[in-house]
Amino acid sequence: MGNLLNVSKIEKYYGSRSSLTKAIDDLSFKVDRGEFVAIMGASGSGKTTLLNVISTIDKVTSGHIYIDETDITKLKGNNLNKFRREELGFIFQDFNLLDTLTAYENIALALSIQRTSANDLEHKVKDVAEKLDIKNVLNKYPYQMSGGQKQRVAAARAIVTNPKIILADEPTGSLDSKSAKMLLERFNYLNEELKATILMVTHDAFTASYATRVIFIKDGKLFKELYRGDKNRKEFFEDIIDVVTLLGGELEGAL
Amino acid sequence: MLFKLSLKNITKSFKDYAIYFLTLILGVAIFYVFNALDSQTVMMNVSSSAQDIIKLMMNMLSGVSVFVSFILGFLIIYASRFLIKRRNKEFGIYLTLGMSRRKISLILFFETLFIGLISLIIGIGLGTILSQFMSLLVANMFEADLTKFTFVFSKASALKTVIYFGIMYLLVMIFNTVVISKCKLIDLLASSKTNEKIKLKNPYLCVIIFIIASIILGKAYYMVTYDVHTLSEVTDIIKPIIMGVIATFLIIWSLSGLILRISMSRPKFYYKGLNSFTIRQFSSKINTTVVSMTIICLMLFITICFLSACLTIKNSMNANMKKLAPVDAQFATLMNMDKDYDYYRGFGYSDNQIKNSHIKVTDMFKIFGMDITKYFKEYIEVNTYATHGLTMNDTLGSKLQMMKDKFPFLNYSTEETIMKISDYNKVAAMYGNKKYTLKKDEYIIIADFESLVKIRNVALENNEVIKVFNHSLKPKYQKCQDGFIDMSSNHINTGIVVVPDEVIDENYLNQNYIIGNYKVKDKDKIAALENKINALRKNPKVTDYLLPSGNTKYDIREATIGLSAMVTFIGIYLGIIFLISSAAILALKELSESSDNRERFIMLRKLGADEKMINKALFRQILIFFMFPLVLALIHSVFGIMFAMNILEVFGKEELFSSIIMTAIFIVFIYGGYFLITYLCSKNIIK
Ligand SMILES: Nc1ncnc2c1ncn2[C@@H]1O[C@H](COP(=O)(O)OP(=O)(O)O)[C@@H](O)[C@H]1O
Ligand SMILES: [Mg+2]
Repeated sequence: MGNLLNVSKIEKYYGSRSSLTKAIDDLSFKVDRGEFVAIMGASGSGKTTLLNVISTIDKVTSGHIYIDETDITKLKGNNLNKFRREELGFIFQDFNLLDTLTAYENIALALSIQRTSANDLEHKVKDVAEKLDIKNVLNKYPYQMSGGQKQRVAAARAIVTNPKIILADEPTGSLDSKSAKMLLERFNYLNEELKATILMVTHDAFTASYATRVIFIKDGKLFKELYRGDKNRKEFFEDIIDVVTLLGGELEGAL
Repeated sequence: MLFKLSLKNITKSFKDYAIYFLTLILGVAIFYVFNALDSQTVMMNVSSSAQDIIKLMMNMLSGVSVFVSFILGFLIIYASRFLIKRRNKEFGIYLTLGMSRRKISLILFFETLFIGLISLIIGIGLGTILSQFMSLLVANMFEADLTKFTFVFSKASALKTVIYFGIMYLLVMIFNTVVISKCKLIDLLASSKTNEKIKLKNPYLCVIIFIIASIILGKAYYMVTYDVHTLSEVTDIIKPIIMGVIATFLIIWSLSGLILRISMSRPKFYYKGLNSFTIRQFSSKINTTVVSMTIICLMLFITICFLSACLTIKNSMNANMKKLAPVDAQFATLMNMDKDYDYYRGFGYSDNQIKNSHIKVTDMFKIFGMDITKYFKEYIEVNTYATHGLTMNDTLGSKLQMMKDKFPFLNYSTEETIMKISDYNKVAAMYGNKKYTLKKDEYIIIADFESLVKIRNVALENNEVIKVFNHSLKPKYQKCQDGFIDMSSNHINTGIVVVPDEVIDENYLNQNYIIGNYKVKDKDKIAALENKINALRKNPKVTDYLLPSGNTKYDIREATIGLSAMVTFIGIYLGIIFLISSAAILALKELSESSDNRERFIMLRKLGADEKMINKALFRQILIFFMFPLVLALIHSVFGIMFAMNILEVFGKEELFSSIIMTAIFIVFIYGGYFLITYLCSKNIIK
């Protein structure tokens, strides 16, 4: 009974009848507990939309999404918030930090919403800040930070609560390669040591190669799946590049 | 086209405008109601003296209305400046699309015109409805019976309202045009960035400023309460007021920095739930509004003091009237004036009046051709005595010098009023006051004027022995006893020395009194009777004989009712205007930020904060914002009211508590109402 996430025949339409956009078109897949899945696709292929419906920020037009047997498309109100608070960690394409709070407070807020005690809070924040190399910006406000720093703070906020599933939308999009690597290694650590399940949207093959499986989508449909199996990261990276070429190299700049 | 655009803008930004609109409507309605007060009394059956008082009251209210229009004018300009700022980006886009500044001004012109017209129409409509309820209040105050309900619309008041508000709106239009013509495109577009710089104030500086401000404030409090007797001139009060204003500003400035610092230093509190978020929101808001906060705090302070003082005066007057004018009439005439010929000549009494001052009240009335006793159902006749041998110099005894040092302005050589215990008891029985018994060598002082009671009590506590007509007497009580002989609307009895009957020397008769209740009960008949008595003044004999002077319940009542109505209406009028103005500024500030807040609260939801947490955070955030100036104003008010009570002591303090409760209800209702509306609107916006 390893299925943590079960996406079943979901569809998401935008717009009116006359100008309908099928952002997701009959998509199904399953993610096992402890998997690290990357989702790749061209710009406009529906990646962000997929992440939004899984994270319950948006609602599907039809179909079901189960997490631990719970149909999250049916969750409402405070159950929804409880679910988000306790099961999910988010990292968004736009950094989404609260502009009135310092980096430290932004990270701490995720913990205090979960009612973590003040004593645990400090070392947890410091710990994660060290791992993401943002110790020196902890007392800065978002407007005083670079994009990369902001994204690392957002990442720190998402992982500090040790969530069951981490949902990341282009998490490395605005990181330099060093901190991207640091973030991804942290993802691996979470995945391997803490058995956290990670679902990450990316257009970057290098980033995707850290995953244990890559799902390619095109026009809102499943295009191909790749399992890492016993391959090392480098071999997996080359496999991914092959599929990307097959897709037509449209992935460049899919932000 | 422009016309349509402005109409669309108004409907679109209704969330921003709603509370502004509500405030305007309320302002218009209240303005109308208080200027239409006289028309409410037209159909009522009120006496001619009440009519005069109503006229006076309307003149006062007119004056107050000018002041009110200034306050509302500032509020409207402040609010529209605020709303324009919020829409800078919209105007910036219009400009980049090639619209001229003139056209943007025109859009704003139409908007103001619409808002003005609609608020005037709805406001006057609402005011007309409220006026009908006001009639009940007016009738109740002037004790007129509202036999039949008549719907009244005051054209004069409506016209005045239109003119006053028309001028205000015109000023706003001019103001808007100036603002638009001056602004730069780059600023308009850039102002959408929410990246307001967040500066933490230096905590040490904050602490120092806070301490200095507290000291200044403490000194100002001290000056107006414990040290109040040193304030002998009206201008002396300006100093503590200025100190108070400066201290208020500094306290708000330093607290805005300190609150954040203090809560941050308590991580258990700061990192609990959404506390860090709430406190940050509050402190960033208050940091940018120190001046407005100061003004709001002071306005609330004035409202609280003014309203509770007005209500105290009103309540006390009504209570005093019942207690201090318990019977229909009390007449008195001076006796033995020739003993002090020069003294009375100095007051302008004629030779004959002084010579003829051996006639008692009833006989004096007969000389004027009226048998006054015939009109009384019941009455008593009593006397008071006075002698150079007993002045305050004597009653204060060994404490005299001490009192002279403390209260140098009192005249200590005025003769004391002396009364026989049997006479006093007659009066007490008539008035429903407490009766007393005296041993041969005892005396009592009856007084109710607070500050003299205090002075006399010092001597009484010291058991000062006094000499009255060669009899040594010692005080029976160590305190003045409550009571009076002259009826009045206030506590003004500075002291009557009551002594055993056998002590009195009849040669020192000073005043003869007749006190009683009329046979007639009906208000109109009493008025007719008193008109007849007053007409005696036209009798040519008044130059030779001293017509007895009287205090009547009817007179006191008429004067009291008018005055208390005036005080109440002015208090409520200004109170409402001040409250809605300050609450509206807070509400506008809070609501106009709701779009920024919206993003923030969406973010919190994404982090998994549930609705309960979010609503709590929002509620607290707005509550703190509303409570902050109020709490400071309340502290000010404690001292402000103490000061006011010092000035208004003749009215007595008994009614203070109920007045404060009424003021509190008033504030909870209006200020709390604005708070609730703000909370509900904000909740709606962040949904
Ligand atoms: N709120 C929206 N309203 C209408 N169409 C949308 C909305 N969000 C996304 N879309 C459309 O849905 C499709 C998928 O978008 P998205 O999931 O953002 O793609 P990706 O993240 O893969 O670039 C696109 O065609 C996009 O135009
Ligand atoms: Mg995207």
